[in-house]
Amino acid sequence: MIAAAVAANATIHVPAIRYLAIMPVIILLGGAVLLLAAQSLVRRPLRLRFATVSTVVISLSAFGLAWWQWADVMDHGPYTTIAHAVVTDGFSVLVTVLVTSATVLFALVAEGYLAREGIEGGELHVLALVSASGAILMGQANDLVIVFLGLEILSIALYVLTAYNHKRTESGEAGLKYFVLGGFSSAVFVYGIALTYGATGTTNLAQIAGFLSRNVLVHDGVLLAGMSLLLVGFAFKVAAVPFHMWTPDVYQGAPSPVTGFMAAVAKAGGFAAFLRVFVSSFGVLRADWRPIVYVLAIVTLLLGAGLAVVQRDIKRMLAYSSINHAGFVLLGLQAASAAGVSAALYYLFAYAFMVIGSFAVVAVIGRSGDMEHDIASYRGLARHQPVLAFAFALLLLAQAGVPFTTGFLTKFQVVVASVDGHSVPLAVVAMGSAALAAFFYLRVTVLMYGPERAAEPVPAAAGGALFAPASELRTRLNAALLLEDVPAAPRVVAAATGRVPVPPLAALAIGICVLVTVVFGVFPAPLVDFAHKATLLFLP
Amino acid sequence: MVVNFPYLTVLVLVPAGGALAVALLGRVRREVHELVGIGVSLVTLAFAIALTVALHAGDPGYQFVSHHVWAASIGVSWYVGVDGISIFLVLLAAVLFPLALAGARARSDARSFVGWMLLLEAACIGSFVSLDLVLFFLFFELTLVPAYFLISGWGFERRAYAAVKFFVYTFLGSAFLLVGIVVIAVVHQNQTGVLTFALPVLEHTHLSSATGILLFLAFTAAFAVKAPLFPLHTWSPDAYAEAPAGGSIILAAVLAKLGTYGIIRFDLNLFPQASRTLAPLLLTMAVVGVLYGALVACAQSDLKRLVAYSSLAQVGFIALGTFALSTEGLVGGVLLMVNHGLVTAAFFLLIGWIYDRRKSWQVAELGGLQTPAPLLAAAFTVVMLASIGLPGLNGFVSEFLVLAGTFLTHRWWAVAATVGVIGAALYLLWAYQQAFHGRPRPAVAATRDLGWTERVVIAPLIVLIVLLGVYPKPVIDRITPAVDRLVAHVEQVTHVHQPEVATSPGARGSRP
Repeated sequence: MIAAAVAANATIHVPAIRYLAIMPVIILLGGAVLLLAAQSLVRRPLRLRFATVSTVVISLSAFGLAWWQWADVMDHGPYTTIAHAVVTDGFSVLVTVLVTSATVLFALVAEGYLAREGIEGGELHVLALVSASGAILMGQANDLVIVFLGLEILSIALYVLTAYNHKRTESGEAGLKYFVLGGFSSAVFVYGIALTYGATGTTNLAQIAGFLSRNVLVHDGVLLAGMSLLLVGFAFKVAAVPFHMWTPDVYQGAPSPVTGFMAAVAKAGGFAAFLRVFVSSFGVLRADWRPIVYVLAIVTLLLGAGLAVVQRDIKRMLAYSSINHAGFVLLGLQAASAAGVSAALYYLFAYAFMVIGSFAVVAVIGRSGDMEHDIASYRGLARHQPVLAFAFALLLLAQAGVPFTTGFLTKFQVVVASVDGHSVPLAVVAMGSAALAAFFYLRVTVLMYGPERAAEPVPAAAGGALFAPASELRTRLNAALLLEDVPAAPRVVAAATGRVPVPPLAALAIGICVLVTVVFGVFPAPLVDFAHKATLLFLP
Repeated sequence: MVVNFPYLTVLVLVPAGGALAVALLGRVRREVHELVGIGVSLVTLAFAIALTVALHAGDPGYQFVSHHVWAASIGVSWYVGVDGISIFLVLLAAVLFPLALAGARARSDARSFVGWMLLLEAACIGSFVSLDLVLFFLFFELTLVPAYFLISGWGFERRAYAAVKFFVYTFLGSAFLLVGIVVIAVVHQNQTGVLTFALPVLEHTHLSSATGILLFLAFTAAFAVKAPLFPLHTWSPDAYAEAPAGGSIILAAVLAKLGTYGIIRFDLNLFPQASRTLAPLLLTMAVVGVLYGALVACAQSDLKRLVAYSSLAQVGFIALGTFALSTEGLVGGVLLMVNHGLVTAAFFLLIGWIYDRRKSWQVAELGGLQTPAPLLAAAFTVVMLASIGLPGLNGFVSEFLVLAGTFLTHRWWAVAATVGVIGAALYLLWAYQQAFHGRPRPAVAATRDLGWTERVVIAPLIVLIVLLGVYPKPVIDRITPAVDRLVAHVEQVTHVHQPEVATSPGARGSRP
């Protein structure tokens, strides 16, 4: 009876949908469902090679569609669809390209990893595809609700991915930790959406911007509270200090290929929405949020670099380094300008390749069990496997910002944006933290290119460190910081000698990452222009 | 010569391509790698000589310029050119790399060593010819990577410490430089609407005096670390001492010049007013460096560290000449860069050979080297006398010009720095006496003298040291127009003129 009444009174208005806009998401999700179905229908566990190939094919078709979208956007301009909830513009296309490339690389790295660990089945691939679709949706979201939807799709898949390796207890622990803290931050985020809706009467990003530019709120407490909660939610996702606590544990605990994927995709998705919401929707309020982001960026940069220095575990070190990188991207956000957004996008894009490549090496070196992550395991790597060591050194140096790699251009562009936005001290702090960061990247390089065996440990001085002579203290400091004489942790000693087998597909992935990092570092124009044009076509 | 041929681009790409070729050469005998390396660096040298000959001596501007847009949306371009100042530094690098490759061979893994050396040569030459600030920064930073691998891969006992200290110290200095470069480009963009990093364009940026001083400090931080100027020198004795002989030669003779060159090329051109205002500070740092370097060198018992500290003193002289802001001082400073490069390279080569024979740098363990190795001692004597500043050898010409130029504008600093000259005589002669004179112990008596390769390697340096001491005119003639232009630029902005007597004849005629 009720249904009849509704039908009599009004027809349900179905918004027009341009399918090209959501096609990449549909392909990824649909592909994930198909893969899952295939897995349930066959009797034996899915062949690993089949899962890898289908993931690569699915991601590559989404990747191809993204370029179709790009051509479309270049020709006809950006547009919104599904009642303005989803937007397709240069910005979203770049995020899609980034996320789909990251997924391809992840599948390549994961194959060797799964084979080595003896984990069967294609669930890892299904989850990665789902998570990628969430990240793309965050890049396309034009409505806070869609942002939340994307965030949850991304995160929930990642929680499971983190805990995926059931043979490692750390993995489960990390997954649980990520889940609890992530759930908490999602709650904060939803509350932020609610308060913003209360203050502006809409959740649509363009309409929020329109409302704020037309109205001056006399009592803006609710709005500012909503904005702050959104800021906290985003800061958690992109691992900005002081909302970074989960990062080292989760990065360390997650299976190494997943960590690389997470560092690239979760950051990209999080920052994409962060940039869109703050630069466009809350653009009018930039005087309110820029100082907050300024402080956030400074602590993120310094704490990220500073704490990375004292890490012995390579995954924890890279986790803190990713926090430092998040600080750099915040520079782009803090500039709150087109140059800033473009620089941030470029940063995310280049960083994705650097970090996936780095974690691919970590996954390879981790050996069976994914446990060998003490940096002492890298000692003398260059002697056994010069190519692998060189690739890793290159990726690390690129992260440090060495010239003629994309790593330099990332830092250069955010610094330009930051100076342009009159935040010179922030730029100085950022580059200072880069020097600090160079230190811990080099430390790994020193070990890789050093002798195979640790020198004899320095005997402890008799009679109190306080009164040790200056030279003694200096030697100790060197040992502590520069690892001239770091003895390997007991567990490592037995296993960490000899060649490590490098699965061919992982080698391919590392090769791609190195190539992208170097080629676009020497010939920067295509990638820089991509980010630049993507920002010019930034819709709301 | 063909006018539009990109000579300088080729000059950078030849060693870079050589590095790649060596890397791809595969497993062949080490001699092949070394010969390819020496061959490539000799081709580079031939190019550099041809360019120096073809340079128009009287033209103060940038020559052999090539300009290509590299990344339009961030305003960076491949913009290279040389003038009378930079050409000699390019030549210096081109001369020293083949000698270092031939005279200080790697103990192991020749392929990587040669590859890194050639990459380092490309980066050094690239920095000297860049006229785009970002391009300069790229090359300036790029030098760190091969230098780091050279120190940490082939260095001595505490190489890891020295290499990381070197890298991080310089990287930190460069952090300020990068922000400074961006700031001046953005200020220029706000004034003109054009985003560019081209040095000749940015020279015309109007800077308030406070901004100018801050930017000057940011740039100078990087250059003073690299040079190294007192008190930012603490990385250098470690790096010079722990690096392999080839690395020390390049670090002290070529890489360090990037700092002083950067000061002359970028600080003076971009921030003339701030350079003038802060000149007393920099001059004081320079003089303290001269005296402190001499004093600490006196206390060294290790030949390599002794040369490292004497280097600090010499770099102080270069800075002194630069910030005297007079034509004579600057010409002397530029000339001293070349001379110091030659002398230091010769020092480190000889010390490397001494180490090959005696496995020690301690002067006390060398005593009486002269008897078994007279040629080695003779070469060392010439180099030492050049470093002390004996008339007739190259060190005298440049040191004299520096002191004379400084005396005209900043009298008391020149007086103080002269004491450093005496110090140099003291520590070098003292070390020489200990290492070479006296009756050799039995172990020392068996030392070989210089072999043929070593004689061939050291000979060009000795010839250049004497030649530049006796007849420096061709070099000074080419440096002077570029320096005149620079001094005129500084004077025009600051409205402070150097005493009439200091100007070169050409510039004197043109002044109203």
